[in-house]
Amino acid sequence: MRLSTFAAAACAGLVMAGSAFAEAESQEPIKLTMHDWTGQLLTTTIMGKVLAEAGYNVEYVQADYIAQFAGLKSGDLHVAMEIWETTGREAMDEAIGTGQVVNMGDTGMKAIEEWWYPAYMEEVCPGLPDWQALNDCAREFATPETAPMGRYLGGPVTWGGFDEERIESLGLDFEVVHAGTDAALFAELESAYQRKAPIVLWIYAPHWAPTKYEGNFVAFPPYTPECYEDPSVGINPNMAYDCGKPTGPIWKVAWSGLADKWPGAAKAVEAFTISNEDMGAMVSAVDLDGKSLDEVSDAWLAANSSVWQSWIAN
Amino acid sequence: MTGWRDHLPGRSGWFWLALFAATWLLSRYSWDLYKAFDARWIVKFPSAYILPVEARISAFMRWLVEDAGFGLFSFRDVTRFISMLIEIPYDFMRDLLIDGFSTGLGNAAVQIAPPLSWIAIIVTLVAMGHYARNWKLAALVGGCFLYLAVFGQWDSAMVTLASVLIAVPIGSVGGLLLGILAYRSPLFERLLRPLLDLMQTVPVFAYLVPILFLFGFGPVAALVATIIYAMPPMVRVTIVALHGVPNETRDVGVMVGCTRRQMMWKVIVPSAAPTLMVGVNQVIMLTLNMVIIASMIGAGGLGFDVLSALRRLDIGGGIEAGLAIVVMAIALDRLSQAFASRNVATRAPDPNRNLFQRHPWVATVLLVAICTYLLSQVAPALQAYPEAATLSTGAFWSDFMGYINVHFFDVFETIKTALLSYLLLPVKRFFVGIPWPWGIMAMTLIGWRAGGLWLAALSGILTALIAMVGLWDKAMITVYLCGVSVLIASAIGIPMGIMAAQNDTANRVVGSFIDTLQTLPSFVYLIPVVMLFRVGDFSAMIAVVLYAMAPAVRYAAHGIRSVDPQLIEAGLVSGCTPRQVLWRIKLPMAIPELLLGLNQTIMLALSMLVITALVGTRDLGQEVYIALTKANSGQGIVAGLAVAFIAIVADRILSATASRMRRKMGLEQ
Repeated sequence: MRLSTFAAAACAGLVMAGSAFAEAESQEPIKLTMHDWTGQLLTTTIMGKVLAEAGYNVEYVQADYIAQFAGLKSGDLHVAMEIWETTGREAMDEAIGTGQVVNMGDTGMKAIEEWWYPAYMEEVCPGLPDWQALNDCAREFATPETAPMGRYLGGPVTWGGFDEERIESLGLDFEVVHAGTDAALFAELESAYQRKAPIVLWIYAPHWAPTKYEGNFVAFPPYTPECYEDPSVGINPNMAYDCGKPTGPIWKVAWSGLADKWPGAAKAVEAFTISNEDMGAMVSAVDLDGKSLDEVSDAWLAANSSVWQSWIAN
Repeated sequence: MTGWRDHLPGRSGWFWLALFAATWLLSRYSWDLYKAFDARWIVKFPSAYILPVEARISAFMRWLVEDAGFGLFSFRDVTRFISMLIEIPYDFMRDLLIDGFSTGLGNAAVQIAPPLSWIAIIVTLVAMGHYARNWKLAALVGGCFLYLAVFGQWDSAMVTLASVLIAVPIGSVGGLLLGILAYRSPLFERLLRPLLDLMQTVPVFAYLVPILFLFGFGPVAALVATIIYAMPPMVRVTIVALHGVPNETRDVGVMVGCTRRQMMWKVIVPSAAPTLMVGVNQVIMLTLNMVIIASMIGAGGLGFDVLSALRRLDIGGGIEAGLAIVVMAIALDRLSQAFASRNVATRAPDPNRNLFQRHPWVATVLLVAICTYLLSQVAPALQAYPEAATLSTGAFWSDFMGYINVHFFDVFETIKTALLSYLLLPVKRFFVGIPWPWGIMAMTLIGWRAGGLWLAALSGILTALIAMVGLWDKAMITVYLCGVSVLIASAIGIPMGIMAAQNDTANRVVGSFIDTLQTLPSFVYLIPVVMLFRVGDFSAMIAVVLYAMAPAVRYAAHGIRSVDPQLIEAGLVSGCTPRQVLWRIKLPMAIPELLLGLNQTIMLALSMLVITALVGTRDLGQEVYIALTKANSGQGIVAGLAVAFIAIVADRILSATASRMRRKMGLEQ
């Protein structure tokens, strides 16, 4: 069964009582993009169900995170629920620059990205989570390729993150190895965690990994914009990036024609917000407890009906 | 009598030795040369001279997608129209297999008719299996699809099947028509050949973004990318097949007074049909190879299941969905091969029987479809396979992986460190050190030696172009990674092929092993490999070796098997031991075939490099992948072309060498 019909069937019962103010607007389906991580599937499913409640036709389309911008620009796709400041900024700016894609505001969730280590490393390296402890046990983190330097597993090159610069300016005895995708990143974590082997790597939240694996983010000197821009600010007076990474909002974007074709839906998408905590709990329910997306999103909708009712109340 | 002179290299041996020595010296000391002469251009192509093709291509693509027009309508309208034409049959297939027919949109949709039930689909395939060959094949095909139902992969598998059922006919018919045109006009063939090379060697990631713009987002764009990738072998097979039709057959056609069109469609194409079916078989396999990439741009189906399972690190789930692709590939492969070799039994229909008796299978299929539909009103399990009755081996695979990881990681680590320090790193230093001017010169010399002036010019120019777009370093890393992988793949694959050629049981085991390796999406084993060997070149190399080994095995086996039996007989008569027969007769005679296998291994290794970019290499594949994530079509196409150039140079040099050797051995004029 195609997802759209599935969602439509699931919502049909609820729709009867709902206000059908969308009747005056286009009956064509609004296409929401689905990517391959659970959090995004949840935000999209919730948005879709709310829109269906308001009487819109909704269709879910599987699309690649970055490649979807091609579709959003041409109007083949209409709404993308999660564009992370940290990983999608460039593509988003480029698309918005063309005038065919608009930013629909943030989702209320904050993306956290930082160096992360599993809890068992605190025994090996007692000073953690303080970043200064990393140098004392750099050898523990070393592998044959990087020895005597410690090995830090960074995200794909395209994620940016200034880790090479951070290592330089903070004088860390580490070498960055870039994973090609986040699947590879978490594969290494899973492998090391099974063997209780030393590892320090790039982790982001909201994600299932910090819930599944026990561990902590390394505490770097807190981020300030000046720290990134002005070399004299921070611990190292001669270099920038001598601090942790910024946290960034997760944005919603849409095709620029959305507001003309489905004005009410555009308002609902703009109004959508959800908290990191709610999302983290839902992601774990799906990925770790094995519940279905529908079950979890329905439970959220039932518990927060006043919240989402306000999104579609004109 | 063998004197010491016999062990000295011959004239061409000296040439290769000198070339290698010069390259090695220059590679070893290129950095010192740069320092000594303060000439940075030796190690780095001067950035001021880099050709601005990247920006040009991006600008051209933007123009093509946004502004290009023919007055009344734009280029994009044309491609959108094409995509609409593809979408209609695709939607029909999906409705038939999985969604069911309905009218209205979204919430207002009303179902008119359900999709075919799983039982009806399996019966249809069994019927086709029996029609194409015999009950044994019917059982195999039926079993494969039953597996999909029992292991809970049915819905995704049907989505994938729907796109296969659209991509394969379009790819086959399109390939056939292009092949016929090329057969009729040698000029067209000459223009088509380089295009086919590019279609096969430019990584799909490189042109994904423009395709999305032109054909819209979703399954159709994925189908178009699939067709571009899967069609070239069909064109090539068609050309060979049409040329292979015996002249006698043609003469008969002329004698009975065929027109040009009748000649083609009633005489030549039907008599070439068995060979043409080999091409169709290739199209099917390549289409299934593409399901992962296609699912990245909205095709859904089994490919999407593999991707999302592995992102969740659900290794078991990934393996199950991956095996479902293999099972489907096996079923479709065997079925299409059976159709290819089917003896056309022309029984005149018996006029005394009624319609049902004359077409028993069609009647059965219809009957089952209708019965399951009617009965499913009472028993829904007949319509959709009940979820409660599905099996899953997911947990087993994950536990198995965990066990291996915990207990054998240190062993793997030791092997890996040894291979890295004694093979990978020295080879890497060698290739990366080669100064680009010498690289171009060396390739020209090799081209000249292998195939004369024309080939020298081709390989020199293509190599120079790679340097001139500023991708020399990345290209050399590509060559190193690909070279090491091909070396290891051949070292494992050729002995396997020899074994398979000498022994029937080994042949069957090896055959099914490499079939699985080739159709199992590489993503499925990429993630476990990363768990055991960490991110980096080594993991990439393992994935490339696994994928690229198949042709080394196949061609080695084929080469050994097709050695002239008279030569072996002669060897045996003059008292050779089996060992001597192998080393002195079979292997030397099979060298041209081995070279062709090597050629194919290189092609597959290069096509795999784009996938290994996902585990973090620093080669051209990575460049293409970065371009994709930044939606930079110029960068992607330039890097993709660089990969294609490497492939083309390697292909031409090896084919030329192989055919020269065959001539020398008197196997070919």
